Amino acid sequence: MNVNWFALAEVLVVGLGTVACVVILFATGIRGMSQRVVARAQGGTGSAGLTVAVSCFSACSLIVLYGLYLIVSH
Amino acid sequence: MDVPLLVIVVIATALAFDFTNGFHDTANAMATSIATGALKPKVAVAMSAVLNLVGAFLSVEVAKTISGGIVDDAKITPAVVFAGLVGAIVWNLVTWLVGLPSSSSHALFGGLIGATWIAAGGDAVHFAKVVEKVLIPALASPLIAGLIAMLATYLTYRLTVSADRRVVNSGFRVGQIVSAGLVSLAHGTNDAQKTMGIITLTLITAGMLPASAGPPVWVILCAAIAIALGTYFGGWRITHTLGKGLTSIEGPQGFAAQTSSAAVILTSSHLGFALSTTHVCSGGILGAGMGRKLAEVRWSVAGRMVLAWVMTLPAAAVVGALASEIASTGTAGVVIVALAGIAVAGGIYIASRRKPVTAESTVNQQIGSTDEPETFEVAA
Repeated sequence: MNVNWFALAEVLVVGLGTVACVVILFATGIRGMSQRVVARAQGGTGSAGLTVAVSCFSACSLIVLYGLYLIVSH
Repeated sequence: MDVPLLVIVVIATALAFDFTNGFHDTANAMATSIATGALKPKVAVAMSAVLNLVGAFLSVEVAKTISGGIVDDAKITPAVVFAGLVGAIVWNLVTWLVGLPSSSSHALFGGLIGATWIAAGGDAVHFAKVVEKVLIPALASPLIAGLIAMLATYLTYRLTVSADRRVVNSGFRVGQIVSAGLVSLAHGTNDAQKTMGIITLTLITAGMLPASAGPPVWVILCAAIAIALGTYFGGWRITHTLGKGLTSIEGPQGFAAQTSSAAVILTSSHLGFALSTTHVCSGGILGAGMGRKLAEVRWSVAGRMVLAWVMTLPAAAVVGALASEIASTGTAGVVIVALAGIAVAGGIYIASRRKPVTAESTVNQQIGSTDEPETFEVAA
């Protein structure tokens, strides 16, 4: 019997890291959108919030595309 | 004409297994999106079905060995494969009837182990491999996915606590749909492959394909369609358990659970440590339930689910062994097993109609309505 504990630990660490990145990016993107909505409601442009949101969601999309690439190449 | 009949029966049975695999696992990808209302039930299963179909065509890796070294491949005959499939289908249907998400892969492995044991003796089963490929991953996958989902849920709520509610709700709706789509696609590439591998192996052992041949196009097409149809069929009982039975799921939790599941499935299959989709997704939902403050996890439901996981392999093995005993007596035996299998499946279907679970009952009710109409009580 040869249980690959290393691979298992690797799955945990890589999974944890990836998910933390995605969640932080996505949540920050949502905060940006929310910031924009609030700013516009108060008469501002909200462009700062929009910039944050766009960059965060773009980074998230890249991770999703990489996930798609992993599925297709497997 | 002994062999062709058996081959036809095995192919039909393999496709039937593929179908049960589809509706058994719809819930993995779609339960939380349906429960939170991010997707309408019918839209969700249609999307999942299409992605499973696409996924079945995408994969270039051919499942040449179906058993992964768990049983001695040289001792597998079409009769053994057939008996193993019957065991897997029967167990999949039983767990579907009681609404428990159990691993379709474990059912298949169990069926094959039982059938091989009877046909070729205990030596043909590699128990060390069973521990390595089935037992350890089964323990590890819900723990890993649960832990990650718990952290993800905590982060999600923590980071968006001060944000505008409407933005949060619509944002996580999109996030849920995308992550559920990834889980569906990954499922299609993995699980449809198993059926293709079984059919191809059967064709090879019957001498209808050269050794080490890949699956013919019609095999890929049939397997892809069977799993997609099964997925579209819905499996509302299991969706109900995963989406509402374990814990109450909100949008951000659904997003956290699905993202964790998708990440763990992709990471593990990429690093060569394949974890069960079912176990990962169930663990992810449990973790998401624990990660939200005051979210209640129904441990009795979780306990029954874990019991079903433990039972899956041995139970499918017993059915597979019985089927193998009868099927190895010849054509008449195979016909008897096939008829018995159809009778059991019909009986389970009739039993399911007595307490139907509809698509509508898998959606969370509006907060405040305490008299939630439960058409299917998991705790009963």
